[in-house]
Amino acid sequence: MTKMKALVCRECAKEYPTKAIHVCEMCFGPLEVKYNYEEIKKAISRKKIQEGPHSMWRYIDLLPVEGTNFVGPHAGLTPLVRAKNLGAYLGLDELYIKNDTVNHPTLSFKDRVVAVALTRARELGFETVACASTGNLANSVSAHAAAANLHCYVFIPGDLEAAKVLGNLIYKPHVVEVEGNYDDVNRLCSEIAGEHGWGFVNINIRPYYAEGSKTLAYETVEQLGWKTPDQVVIPMASGSLLTKIWKGLHEMKYVGLIDEVHTKLNGAQAEGCSPISTAFKAGRDFFKPVKPKTIAKSLAIGNPADGYYALKATAESKGAMEMVTDEEVVDGIKLLAQTEGIFAETAGGVTIGVLKKLVKQGVIKKNEVTVAYITGNGLKTQEAVIDAVGRPTRIQPSLVAFEKTFKLGKNGGGDA
Amino acid sequence: MSHLRFHVRFPEDKVKEPIIYQIGREYNIVTNVRRADVRETTGWVDVELSGEIAEIERALDGLRKKGCVVDPIELNVVE
Repeated sequence: MTKMKALVCRECAKEYPTKAIHVCEMCFGPLEVKYNYEEIKKAISRKKIQEGPHSMWRYIDLLPVEGTNFVGPHAGLTPLVRAKNLGAYLGLDELYIKNDTVNHPTLSFKDRVVAVALTRARELGFETVACASTGNLANSVSAHAAAANLHCYVFIPGDLEAAKVLGNLIYKPHVVEVEGNYDDVNRLCSEIAGEHGWGFVNINIRPYYAEGSKTLAYETVEQLGWKTPDQVVIPMASGSLLTKIWKGLHEMKYVGLIDEVHTKLNGAQAEGCSPISTAFKAGRDFFKPVKPKTIAKSLAIGNPADGYYALKATAESKGAMEMVTDEEVVDGIKLLAQTEGIFAETAGGVTIGVLKKLVKQGVIKKNEVTVAYITGNGLKTQEAVIDAVGRPTRIQPSLVAFEKTFKLGKNGGGDA
Repeated sequence: MSHLRFHVRFPEDKVKEPIIYQIGREYNIVTNVRRADVRETTGWVDVELSGEIAEIERALDGLRKKGCVVDPIELNVVE
C-alpha cells in the first residue's frame, strides 16, 4: 500500500486516483491528497526524520511523491530564529521567525511547493511545466525547471514590472506576456491548463503543489524540540499556506510525532487586499472578492481559492485575523530588519505588522511561544522601501572629516 | 462543443434574479449547476457552460453585464 491513498474532494469527499486532476467531477470542489496515516505511522519516527536529508525532504513520508528523484533537493529546512530583540520590542518572551527569506534556490517559501509540484509532475510523466504568476512562483518554477531539464512556460500580465520579468528570463523559460490584466491572464491560464497536457503547478498539479507548505509546520515543530507553538502568524494570499500549516500540525499528531496540537492560527493580510481577514473580523464564513490595491503584491489575490478553508481553519484553532496598511507594511519590514537583521519582502512586512497589532490587542500574550512566518526575501521588493530607509552619510575622503562627522575620539565611541 | 467551468458570484441586488436561467435562454449554451450557495446578501454558483467557445464567451460577457463576477472554477491562479 502506498502512502498516498487518493485525491479527495474537500466538499463531497468523492475520491479519485492520484493523477493530475484538481477539480471534483461531481461537485467541482477542489481536490486534496488523502494519505494512509496508519501505514505512515509505522514507517515514520523522530529519529528517522532527524537522520534524513538536511532539507524539507526529511519529511518525505508525509509528502505526495512516490520516489526520491527530487526536483529541488535543497529546498526547506530554513532557520527558526529566536527573535530576542524583536520579542523584547513587542513584549514577547519567546518569539521565533521562520525565515524562508533564505530558502533555496529562489529565496521564498514557493521553493517548497514548487519542489513538490515538479517532483510529482515528473513522476506523472510531464515534460512541460507551467505557471501563472506575478513574482515568486514564476521565479521558483523557472529555476527548478531549468535545473530539472523540464520545458517551462511562465504566464505574466503585460503590465508587470521589468525587474520581475528579468528574474524569470535569466532561467530561460518561455515567458509569455499576456496582453491584458490579471483577470485576463487568470482566465487564459485556466483554459490552457484544460486544453494542453502540461503540468500547470498551481492548476492541475495544485493538490500536490499545496502540500509542500506543510513542511513549514513540520520544521517548526522539529526545531522547537517537537513541540507545537502556542501562536503562529501566517501571511495569506490564496489562504492555502495557512490551511496547510494546520493540516501539517495535525498530521504530526496522527502519525504519533507529537501528542497534541493547541496552536492558534492568525492570518495576516494587507488592507488593500484583505477579503479573508475582512470576512473573519465580520464573523462571516464567506468572503467577498476584491480588486487588490496594495504594495504587498505577493499577497494580492482578490478572489482566493482557499479563502473559505482558511476562515474555517482559523476558527477551529480559535485564532484571529488582522490586516495592516501599506505604511504599516513598510514599518514592519524595517522593524524586522533593524531588530533581527532579516530583510523581508512586503509579505513579511504584513506578517510583522499584524503580529505587532495582535500583541497590542492582547490576542497574543507575553508568555506564549509565537512563530511568525516570513515567506520571501526583501531584495525582491526593494521598491517598496526605497523612500523609507534614508540616505548614506556623505563625507570627504579624509580621516578628519570622518571623525568630525561621527564625533569620534581616538578611542572610538560617538555617533553621527 | 466545449465544456468550461466557472465560479459565478452575484451582487446583493441580483440574488433574487434567475440569472442562470436567463443566460441559458439568451445564449446558445447549456448550463449545468453543480454547487451553489445563495443567501440574502450574496450568492455564488459553480456552473459548467457547454457550447461553442465564442458563444460561451458571449454568455460570460452577458453575465458580467448583469453585474456578476465570473472567475474560472479554480478562482485566482495567478500567484
